[in-house]
Amino acid sequence: MATIYLDGTPYEVEDGQNLLQACLSLGFNIPYFCWHPALHSVGACRQCAVKRFKNEEDQKGEIVMACMTPAVDNTRISINDTEARQFRASIIEWLMTNHPHDCPVCDEGGECHLQDMTVMSGHGFRQFRFAKRTFRNQYLGPFINHEMNRCIQCYRCLRFYHNYAGGRDFNVFGCHHHVYFGRHREGVLENEFSGNLVEICPTGVFTDKTVKQHYTRKWDLQTAPSVCVHCSLGCNIIAGERYGRLRRIRNRYNHEVNGYFLCDRGRYGYEFVNSDRRLRQPMVKAKGTFKPVSKERALEHLATLLNAGNSPVGIGSPRASLEANFALRALVGPERFYLGFSDLDFQLVRAALKILQQGPARSPSLREIGSADAVLVLGEDLTNTAPLMALALHQLVYGNAARAAAELQIPVWNDAAIREIAQDQKAPLVIAAPTATKLDHVAKTTYRASPDEVARLGFAVARCLSHEPVVVEGMAEEEVSLAQEIAQLLRQAKRPVVISGTGCGSEAVIQAAANVAWSLAASNPAAGLSLVVPECNSLGLALLGGQSLEAACQVVQAGGVDSMIVLENDLYRRSKSAAVDDLLSKIEYLVVIDHLASGTTAKAQVVLPAATFAEAAGTLVSNEGRAQRFFQVFVPEGEVQASWRWLRDISRTAGSGDREPWENLDQLVSALAEALPVFQGIQKAAPPAAFRLMGEKIARQSHRFTGRTAMLANITVHEPKPEDDPDSPLAFSMEGYQGLVPPSLITRFWASGWNSVQAVNKFQSEVGGPLRGGDPGSRLIEPEKTEKFSSFDGILPTMKIGSDEWLIVPVHHIFGSEELSTVSAAIAERSPKPYVALNPEDAASLELDEGEKVELALDDGVFQFPSRFVSGLPHKVAGLPVGLPGATTFKLPAVGKVKGAADRAEG
Amino acid sequence: MNEIIRSLIIVVGVLVVMLSISAGLIWLERRMLGLWQDRYGPNRAGPFGLMQVMADMIKILFKEDWIPPFADRPVFVIAPAVVVVTTLMSFAVIPFAPSIGVVNLNIGLLFFLGMAALGVYSVVLGGWSSGSKYSLLGGLRATAQMLSYEVFMGLSLMGVVILAGSFNLGDIVEAQRKMWFCIPQFIGLVIFIIAGFAETHRLPFDLPEAESELVAGYHSEYSGMKFGMFFVGEYLGITLISAMIVTLFFGGWLGPVLPPLVWFLLKTLVFVLGFILARASLPRPRYDQLMSYAWKVLLPLSLLNLVVTGGIVLAVG
Amino acid sequence: MLSILRTMWTILLHTFHRRETVQYPEETIYLPPRFRGRIILSRDPDGEERCVACYLCSVACPVDCIALQATEDERGRRYPEFFRINFSRCILCGFCEEACPTYAIQLTPDFEYCEYRRHNLVYEKEDLLISGPGKYPGYNFYRVAGLAIDGKDKGEAENEEPPVDVHSLLP
Repeated sequence: MATIYLDGTPYEVEDGQNLLQACLSLGFNIPYFCWHPALHSVGACRQCAVKRFKNEEDQKGEIVMACMTPAVDNTRISINDTEARQFRASIIEWLMTNHPHDCPVCDEGGECHLQDMTVMSGHGFRQFRFAKRTFRNQYLGPFINHEMNRCIQCYRCLRFYHNYAGGRDFNVFGCHHHVYFGRHREGVLENEFSGNLVEICPTGVFTDKTVKQHYTRKWDLQTAPSVCVHCSLGCNIIAGERYGRLRRIRNRYNHEVNGYFLCDRGRYGYEFVNSDRRLRQPMVKAKGTFKPVSKERALEHLATLLNAGNSPVGIGSPRASLEANFALRALVGPERFYLGFSDLDFQLVRAALKILQQGPARSPSLREIGSADAVLVLGEDLTNTAPLMALALHQLVYGNAARAAAELQIPVWNDAAIREIAQDQKAPLVIAAPTATKLDHVAKTTYRASPDEVARLGFAVARCLSHEPVVVEGMAEEEVSLAQEIAQLLRQAKRPVVISGTGCGSEAVIQAAANVAWSLAASNPAAGLSLVVPECNSLGLALLGGQSLEAACQVVQAGGVDSMIVLENDLYRRSKSAAVDDLLSKIEYLVVIDHLASGTTAKAQVVLPAATFAEAAGTLVSNEGRAQRFFQVFVPEGEVQASWRWLRDISRTAGSGDREPWENLDQLVSALAEALPVFQGIQKAAPPAAFRLMGEKIARQSHRFTGRTAMLANITVHEPKPEDDPDSPLAFSMEGYQGLVPPSLITRFWASGWNSVQAVNKFQSEVGGPLRGGDPGSRLIEPEKTEKFSSFDGILPTMKIGSDEWLIVPVHHIFGSEELSTVSAAIAERSPKPYVALNPEDAASLELDEGEKVELALDDGVFQFPSRFVSGLPHKVAGLPVGLPGATTFKLPAVGKVKGAADRAEG
Repeated sequence: MNEIIRSLIIVVGVLVVMLSISAGLIWLERRMLGLWQDRYGPNRAGPFGLMQVMADMIKILFKEDWIPPFADRPVFVIAPAVVVVTTLMSFAVIPFAPSIGVVNLNIGLLFFLGMAALGVYSVVLGGWSSGSKYSLLGGLRATAQMLSYEVFMGLSLMGVVILAGSFNLGDIVEAQRKMWFCIPQFIGLVIFIIAGFAETHRLPFDLPEAESELVAGYHSEYSGMKFGMFFVGEYLGITLISAMIVTLFFGGWLGPVLPPLVWFLLKTLVFVLGFILARASLPRPRYDQLMSYAWKVLLPLSLLNLVVTGGIVLAVG
Repeated sequence: MLSILRTMWTILLHTFHRRETVQYPEETIYLPPRFRGRIILSRDPDGEERCVACYLCSVACPVDCIALQATEDERGRRYPEFFRINFSRCILCGFCEEACPTYAIQLTPDFEYCEYRRHNLVYEKEDLLISGPGKYPGYNFYRVAGLAIDGKDKGEAENEEPPVDVHSLLP
């Protein structure tokens, strides 16, 4: 701890901080632009000037930039010194000389850091009488709107996009006061984290293009804390609604998970909630066509259906909340509850869960991954399967350089100095995967091979680590030495992390990763093992336990089952269409509870409209094993309700009376925790609905929320009472507690004088640190720390590949492979059409040009796709994108034959 | 038989006239306040806005007759009736003209004082039974205020009684043929007027219902016709005190040319207007000022008046 | 005591004063042009809607009686998709007019708009829009804003330099 004197008063601050960070942490307001807790200091904007005094006698002092001055012991500064104040006011006045008169039509208005800082510095009147500089804008793709006139040249965008996220297609151009931030030519911003520019930019240069189509000011949004449903990482988000439509997603800071950033899939995938494909009314099939009916009518119909048939089987879903899945399990009984995974996912996720539970390596949080000093990635294309984990790994370079800098007495926040040390250094990162990944350019070593070979390398590394002879059959000399090199890197590290997952579809890869992590953990308790799973609640569903979809098929085939309830699941994405058709044809009464119309809902007898993540509360378990609560943002139109409420109503009308008497989420959560003790922790994920602050619920609407007496006046002039929310301590109203709330209930980041997202400073225990009151979420899986562990033996079930056969591996796409996000127009625009990836040499041997059609002969049949050349694919390995909307579902990896199609020219 | 019919006609006539006068006073007061505040007052309903009274009455009768759940029901209902009944009873002893009066009581003045004392209960009970803190405070204030002022209200009239040698109001009027008592009993008059304001709790002595601090005080919780009774009671009170002033100090029906009843009504009207003028011009005193004024100034003064009057009468008579 | 009598005398003399009340429906009073009555939405000198749907009027409104939704036309101009004022709630405070950065929302000297049904006091954009520029005849927001719209490219607004050539390194 160091003592600094602010205007004569002593304060204790953490060592190694800069003055800006320290003063903000103490709750003082100093304006700033270029500094950001995640991007550190460069001292470019000159806005955070304070006066520093040599000693107690010094009256004159000198102006220093707070962000570039270390908060060492006995520093004496003054924030309110007249000269410093004038300095800051004139800086902002200069910045504003060229700022356009745009605020009314600017999407940043009302949450603009520049507005806040202008008010804070006291500049109010433009004295500069000369003309304003202007720029032309660029088209930057479907996510980001560019309005360059508003730029104040703080360089934050470049430092984020280029340095932090590793984007290469965005830079600074021009010189002197003509500095321009953009692409070398118009085009889509390629980086997967470009959406963060919206929050990083202190003013309105980069704004959210999807929000622009239904623009609403921040103060008008009804917001609630939520959790992203588009991958397994469980990033915390704030979802905002207005007039019954979800308007936007913003980051919700969680120090342990996503920090300040989100990926573009999470940020822009929300529009499925407003989609035309949404189911809004219960529907009953009569004579082959669906007819919308009332809730009561649908339930009555269901009661007769279900009572007529045998007791139903239930298919759960990895994209539905724990509560919904548990309600289904309780309705049909545990022995008739089937997890809605594809067969391969079932096997892989179960394996992953077992490995995480068994230990000794614990699963690290994203923050821990970002601060690791050696990382081995096995078989996972993280940018596409767990994007924010890739962003965390980008920071390994900086972390590495910062450790070197610490020896030179350079503090970690001195961004320019540390980047200077880093130069073109690579991160202590090894990636072994079937395809090239976007992280490759920061990785020390990359290894591209088929999943089996990746697994073999992993096993070899594990044996090196446990000092066993590296005897893995068929390994080449250089692979052995690579294994030794990796083992060396991991062994020397203080906080090594092994990352793998279900991405390449191989259980052996996961086992190999487990072996490596366990061998490390035997000697280094800090070693971590992170396993990426496919969907937002895959791990939670696996924890709930149940049988596979295949088992369900077998039961149905065996006869005796004629009714089925499918929960938030499109079975056509889980298995081959023929198999699903076959399964559903045997089911007489199919009930589907979902929020989007799909192939499965089309086959149903009764369709019940479920609530999306924004319309109901629930709990999701991330790949870390962290249970996190998402809250209802708004009351949806139509007879939409949470899946678990549908299941409860079914059980009341059709089943054995009041077997499930849950009136609210808390009762369901405690029933779940009671039934399955592994879920004890989810009760701690968020305060119960009875929680009150100063006797009040927490307001979802800001204190500036507008239009209350006019928004519904076209329907009725009598303002209706706000809806009750029995599931959470949040209110659908602007009335309620508006101050500092427990971190899992933060509905928006706002503090007096801080309207922009930078208000998050006021919610943290120290700037850039954990939220006050601890970061949300409760870890459900905490393996025992033991030195003994049973590793998997590395005998590989090698895929038999004939000489004329190819290995087809799955290729994931951040935009396209996830079911819900592709319903959003902006994401759909970025998602690829189905194709086959070949490496150029293989393609040449097939005499193919790029784009020409390829014939793919698999067990399921023969398919034709256009070809795409991807350098970096191993020899005789073809990639097939998975999960694209409307594409056939394959079980990958698979073995098949590839050749040019007869009518290839059409491709 | 004729006697009975005559009495009945007078009783009914007095009731009707008094109630209509008090209702008409609502209009009069609003018009007069308007006049003195340089505006019009009600002038839309009927000629000169006279139908405003009807409108007000209809409104007040059609309002929801709400009894708060926290109120003491029977007392809450009785309280407003008390004030109307006692005030109307007092009119029984007033001689409007030589032969027009409900009853020629030889203790008329004492009857009036007794009825005025009973009227206090209305306010006290109304304030207490409402079960509201504002009403209770209003009731408390009313109790203390009216008890205090009642003491020297009675005393201030004793001078008149001494001079007239009778408690009979008719006799008192007759005793003023030579000289109205407002001259020898000037101090008594002033004290009685002040006490009259306090007894009717009219502005400036409307502390029991001070709307700026007590939200209408003892009748906060009243609505509809129950509130209307308090309202009418207040105007009846004004009329009664004015009539008493006229009877006791200004020679009652006495006067040249015009018939006695007209004289009486004209004189009464002047004092009613005086009441309204006081409301239009005077601010409300503080409660402690009100009380200390009563006990420290008015009580000694009225005692002095009584002693001096008695002394002079003894000396002269 | 004397002062009380004097006060009463003074008030009594008011009997002979002229009355201040204006007999409203029969006599009309002069309303200055800046009187705060019924709200309208004005157009800029080119006849286009002035409102850019910035939501500042709605946030300034103390009774929250303004609701709108922003949208953008193919020319890049922002405008309200709908703009609704619930006049049964409006208190004619004029905060919306003060907040409006484009002089779009203006209060007029008309205050006589009673209705028997509250619902008829809900005015939509069509009811609010007038055809002229109201109190500010010359003002056009897009002529001073930096935003480019059809017919006004970057650098063509008032007090703007032509767009920077990013490829030039000349000072």
